[in-house]
Amino acid sequence: MSIQTNSVEIGKSNKRKYLLEKISSKLFLICALLSVISLLLIIGFVFYKGSHPFIVEGYSFIDFIFGTDWVPSEDKFGIFPMIVASILATIGALIIGVPVGLFTAIFLAEIASKRLAKIISPAIQLLAGIPSVLYGVFGLAIIVPFLQNTFGLVKGQSLLAVILVLAIMMLPTIVTVAETAIRAVPNTYREGSLALGVSQIGTIFKVVVPAAKSGIMTAIVLGLGRAIGETMAVILVAGNSLIVPTSLTDSVRPLTTNIALEMGYAAGTHQEMLFATGIVLFSFILILNFVLAKISAKGGN
Amino acid sequence: MRQLKDSVLRGLLWLSVFLSVAVLVMIVGFIFIKGMNLISFEFIFGDYSPTGGGGIWPMIVTTIYTIVISLVIATPIGILAALYLQEYAKQGRLVKVIRFATESLTGIPSIIYGLFGAVFFVTTLKMGMSIIAASLTLTIIVLPVIIRTTEEALKTVPQSYREGSLALGTTKLQTLYKVILPSAMPGILSGIILSIGRIVGESAAIFLTAGTVAALPESLFSSARTLTVHSYLVTQESGDIELAAAVGIVLIVIILGINISATLISKKLNKATNK
Repeated sequence: MSIQTNSVEIGKSNKRKYLLEKISSKLFLICALLSVISLLLIIGFVFYKGSHPFIVEGYSFIDFIFGTDWVPSEDKFGIFPMIVASILATIGALIIGVPVGLFTAIFLAEIASKRLAKIISPAIQLLAGIPSVLYGVFGLAIIVPFLQNTFGLVKGQSLLAVILVLAIMMLPTIVTVAETAIRAVPNTYREGSLALGVSQIGTIFKVVVPAAKSGIMTAIVLGLGRAIGETMAVILVAGNSLIVPTSLTDSVRPLTTNIALEMGYAAGTHQEMLFATGIVLFSFILILNFVLAKISAKGGN
Repeated sequence: MRQLKDSVLRGLLWLSVFLSVAVLVMIVGFIFIKGMNLISFEFIFGDYSPTGGGGIWPMIVTTIYTIVISLVIATPIGILAALYLQEYAKQGRLVKVIRFATESLTGIPSIIYGLFGAVFFVTTLKMGMSIIAASLTLTIIVLPVIIRTTEEALKTVPQSYREGSLALGTTKLQTLYKVILPSAMPGILSGIILSIGRIVGESAAIFLTAGTVAALPESLFSSARTLTVHSYLVTQESGDIELAAAVGIVLIVIILGINISATLISKKLNKATNK
């Protein structure tokens, strides 16, 4: 009799345990699915809003991409100058930021003494954590007046100022990721090369860097992502003129800046066109992510 | 010839590291030198006054609100999601999709999050430009950070812990709470701290979802500005670099504190796992 009730009780408590297990594993699954849902919501809302003028209101997508006039009050929406500005600013920042960042990473991983690297690496990581707005404040207070005086410009806010601020901003990302990649190269590579009589510098550039290639590419793509998506710092130093830039000293308005500057008061078609600007920006990022995935897949092999 | 090339390259390496360090010193130095004069007890704890001379207490409060709300939501979701990915899921297509989504979320620029927050939380869910709309947007931004760091922490928990616990007849859930989570705790904590850094530094997404009202928020549904947005606005609107730099000092001190505590925790973590 007592044995029976005992087993019934155990059965009950086991049942409760199994139920709890089942519920919790479902709950965990739902939480994990939330990131998928968020991504779908973001893509859905931005694309729905941004494609509305082209699908329903009959605006031409070609005119949107290649049009050079952005005058919302006159119903003119062309973002070609902004696309050019975004691309030029990103490429310019890469040209300055990648060599400096990569060389700094090589120095820290291969040449610097342990003590020196232990001081500089955390400092550069701190630089990565500084809010991007402050880079903009720095750019406006130091870089912009410097350019103004050096080139005798009316207004120092220019494509070149954007490039310099973005290059500084991507530097810590590139240094940190590339340094990790270079440190991960097995020591036997270096020893083998040195044993063959190759100099230290030769070993670094002919053996170590090629071996860390995929990690270095990841560093560059991550830095690129940070540059192309940056908004508030860029507003402060870009000047925000709506022209296709023809020289480094022209005032520009990149894609991100356009969204942030006008989102506050835009309504109707104007607002939807800002979402369309977001789609173009999004496409750039998706292409970058795709490249990054390809690179890391290659690195895995 | 080769020796010349070697010395040129070596020189370039030194030059690059010099440039990087110089830039670091210049930025931090500039912020501190420009802003130091304004820093005082009054400045940090005083109420804001639009005519100048006021403090930044409303922005500090707003920043703390956004941190607390987004972490209260993102932390449990992120940890449970990571538990699912590491401890429960069969490694198949579903896990791949979830991982891909999480990684893609990391790559989306904050201005796009801002656009999404503005149309979804602010307009569609009718929250208006508010602290709550900004915090929910930030929740999505930091979710991938928490998921990833928790996953990494779970990976470091030795398999033998799980086996030992399960062999004693515990259920999977009991093993999770009593064995796996406690030993992964330092890693999870450092993920949360990293997220605080991300939230404090965020500006574009908050600018589009919380608005710019410079007053102590009355409720979670009032518009307000965070420290970063304040720093941006005073620079853009009145060109007050000194004030922007003073706000910058507060931001840098917060970030520095965050970095130091994250380092300390990960050191503790390493010690614990090496034992």
